[in-house]
Amino acid sequence: MTDKPVMIAFQDVHKYYGDYHALRGITATIRAGEFFSLLGPSGCGKTTLLRTIAGFEDISSGVVMIDGKDMAGVPANVRPTNMVFQSYAIFPHLTVEQNVGFGLRRDPMSKEDKAKAVAEALEMVGLKGFGARAAHALSGGQRQRVALARALILKPQVLLLDEPLSALDKKMREQMQMELIRLQRQVGITFILVTHDQEEALVMSDRIAVMFEGEIAQLADPETLYRRPNSRKVANFIGTMNFLPARILSEEAGRVEVDAQGFGRVTLDAAQCMGQGAGAEANIGFRPETLTILFEGQSAQDRESMATVTEVVYYGDMTYYDLRLDGTEQDTRISMRNVFGRPVLDIGTRTRVAWSPGALVLFR
Amino acid sequence: MKTVQRKPWGHRAYAIAYLIFLYAPIILLPVFAFNNSVILAFPLEGFTTKWFGEMWADQQMFNALRNSVTVAFSSAAISTILGLFAARASTRFRFPGKGPVVALVMLPLVLPEMILAMSLLVLFLSVGVNLSILTVILGHVLVTTPFAVAILTSAFQSLDRSLEEAAYDLGETPSSTFRLIILPLVMPGIVASFLICFTVSLDEFIISYFLSGTEPMLSAYIYGQFRFPANVPKVMALGTILVLLSVGLLALAEFYRRRGMARTGGKASGGFL
Amino acid sequence: MQGSSGWARFRRSESASGLSMIAPPGIYVILLLAVPLFTVLLTSFYTDGVTETGAKAALPILTFENYAEVWTKPIYRVLMWRSLLISLSVTCITVLLAYPIAYFVSFHVAPSKKSLWLFLITIPFWTSYIIRVFLWKVVLGYNGVFSSGLEMVGITDGPMSFLTNGAVAVTVTLAHAYAPFAILPIFVALEKIDRSYLEAGQDLGETKFTTFVRVTLPLSMPGVIAAVLIVFIPTVGDYVTPDLMGGGKLPLIANAIETQMLKLQHRALGSAMAVSAMAIVALVTVLFLILNRRFLRGNSR
Repeated sequence: MTDKPVMIAFQDVHKYYGDYHALRGITATIRAGEFFSLLGPSGCGKTTLLRTIAGFEDISSGVVMIDGKDMAGVPANVRPTNMVFQSYAIFPHLTVEQNVGFGLRRDPMSKEDKAKAVAEALEMVGLKGFGARAAHALSGGQRQRVALARALILKPQVLLLDEPLSALDKKMREQMQMELIRLQRQVGITFILVTHDQEEALVMSDRIAVMFEGEIAQLADPETLYRRPNSRKVANFIGTMNFLPARILSEEAGRVEVDAQGFGRVTLDAAQCMGQGAGAEANIGFRPETLTILFEGQSAQDRESMATVTEVVYYGDMTYYDLRLDGTEQDTRISMRNVFGRPVLDIGTRTRVAWSPGALVLFR
Repeated sequence: MKTVQRKPWGHRAYAIAYLIFLYAPIILLPVFAFNNSVILAFPLEGFTTKWFGEMWADQQMFNALRNSVTVAFSSAAISTILGLFAARASTRFRFPGKGPVVALVMLPLVLPEMILAMSLLVLFLSVGVNLSILTVILGHVLVTTPFAVAILTSAFQSLDRSLEEAAYDLGETPSSTFRLIILPLVMPGIVASFLICFTVSLDEFIISYFLSGTEPMLSAYIYGQFRFPANVPKVMALGTILVLLSVGLLALAEFYRRRGMARTGGKASGGFL
Repeated sequence: MQGSSGWARFRRSESASGLSMIAPPGIYVILLLAVPLFTVLLTSFYTDGVTETGAKAALPILTFENYAEVWTKPIYRVLMWRSLLISLSVTCITVLLAYPIAYFVSFHVAPSKKSLWLFLITIPFWTSYIIRVFLWKVVLGYNGVFSSGLEMVGITDGPMSFLTNGAVAVTVTLAHAYAPFAILPIFVALEKIDRSYLEAGQDLGETKFTTFVRVTLPLSMPGVIAAVLIVFIPTVGDYVTPDLMGGGKLPLIANAIETQMLKLQHRALGSAMAVSAMAIVALVTVLFLILNRRFLRGNSR
């Protein structure tokens, strides 16, 4: 990824709505051909940031560059971007064909070429033959595809998607997620997606920028975000994480030794330690799937602890167990696949749990 | 546990009685328009269409009708255009003074027409403008524009803002966006607004009466006819036609409004509310 | 860096677009509504007199005399009272009669038929006001339709005269004319009421009547208030009805204003009357709204 050219660059971008500071010093780059997501809760500024790329919002200070060119003063209808809106914004009084071909209106192409381009675009999004349909008679999923076709037919350098899947039901959403990935690979251009659904972002993106309150909290690929979140806030936003108190014992170059409740003494890499706090009090975080229940005769590959089961939650394909690790004062939740088809432990059972220091994250 | 709904007969009876009350005078129009008598009373004297004939032959009435239609058409056109500006401004932009200006535009709805007429009269006379059809149009526009604004505001509000942005994103300019996207989608509202303003202007009396100078308006003409009992049935005939015209225009306006809603996928709720 | 100057940014800004959009109707309304109203206000402080050429005019000699005359002379006070009284009674009657029908259409009519009912109710409104007033005159007059109809059927023996009583005639005509204005706002307010509130009440054992009084009525108050104002304000300034129905003996404010302004050319006095009338209407409206706010707040549940 690092050898691809930069397509979008933000340099210390600020945006104010009156007194409201919506974007607080955004600095980031997005590479050409990436599937990039802006992820965050409502009101974090992700849609605002997207719209500054499109040109629908002006910025108060800083620079927004597309393909190396400063976009200050460049109006939206001239920028090399196209957008799929949250409501799809399909023109209800036109047919599907007219919608998809709308952007070609000013193009000097011949009519036949335009018709051909429209047909190809429709086929690419799986709407072959829908050309003559009235736009207001389409389903949600169909409208979205029309919006995609309408944007992609113009061969923009960047495709912007504003929460495109939020209006669809779960099944449709999962299907469209795969389609969008396929489409992006096929077309090869930069896709920038705004979403509040972290699963969606994890599934589709090459890299994700997690935003809270107008700032980028962490910008990384999905695996790094999941395994090495740089703060408790990011950790809690992406998936679930358990936290236990820990005390920092000593620190050397690149290694930190801590005493964690429930885990005992652990040595961690500097890469596993997040935050800038001083002092010895900290928290250890770990994901539910990183603790494994050990049965009779099984031994841990790395480290081991004892725990008591306090709650069992059956979920069909998984079971979530609340465990009280020895030496801790709160429950932690772990997850386990129901290989046997049903939960294997009862409340009150004592069990050994295996874990690996590499799965822990220290938050100062 | 839902309580059983008893058929509200009493209520229904009231509703029917109320409707009769509302329509009573209107129903009488055709009754006496076809009644072969100069006196408007029971018992009826026989069927005739001669009043319609007399009305049709009356040159004065035609002049008045022509004037009123001219005024109505012009007022409706001007109001609809002004209404377009006002509705677009109020639904799409924020700017200083928005509240007061829009309130001023809507003010004629709550001002007694007499006061409107008198203030305009004072203005025209002091500036030295002669009263004519033009002054009536100027007055009517004040009265009909609030209706246009109300209808068009509702039309603009049901317009998804992203549609404009989408057109812009696809390379259009603000003016071509207006022409290709906004105008077609708002067209039903424009038609409805025109028809309503036309109807309101046609029926308006006070401003027409006081601001028309030497050229009479239809409503003023009717007002004058009441002094001559012999002319009354003729007026009944005219009234019948006017009612049918108004109802027809209204039905047309409603039809257009619903068709517009269907195309943009909105819900058709109760009328021009 | 944002290279554009402050002016350029303003020009592209939302405020500029909005202002230029509102300019045509805004300017029209300022010239033809604000200015004339202001002129009337100004003229009300002038003195009616005679110019050098002998023509009657309102001379720019500032005085409060016009207002003094309007507010102290019994004839005008009677006029104002009469107008107010008739307006208030018309408003009461119209709104009281309108509520049941608005309720009926909202609660007892199938949703698909509601538009139809509303349409039927508003049609009479769109016919010529003049003609409607005259028709009422015909209906209620001496030997008019009502009277002769009853006679024909045999209920009465001779022409009835009590219906020609000016005040009654005016009231009935106005109540008829403004009925739809009252029905619509009440209907809208009733439609907005979440039906589950009412069902919850009934579920808890309330009767339909108490549900109405404790839930429906208070929730529909905004609509009732709107209806009251929509009927009251225009009826105070009505001219046609008192003129035609009152037989010349029952002038209301609007008629008096016309007399002063046009027939007698007392522009200053006429203006003062107009301003006073508007002031009284505004005052009554504000009082009404304040009373309602206290009433609603006191009864908030």
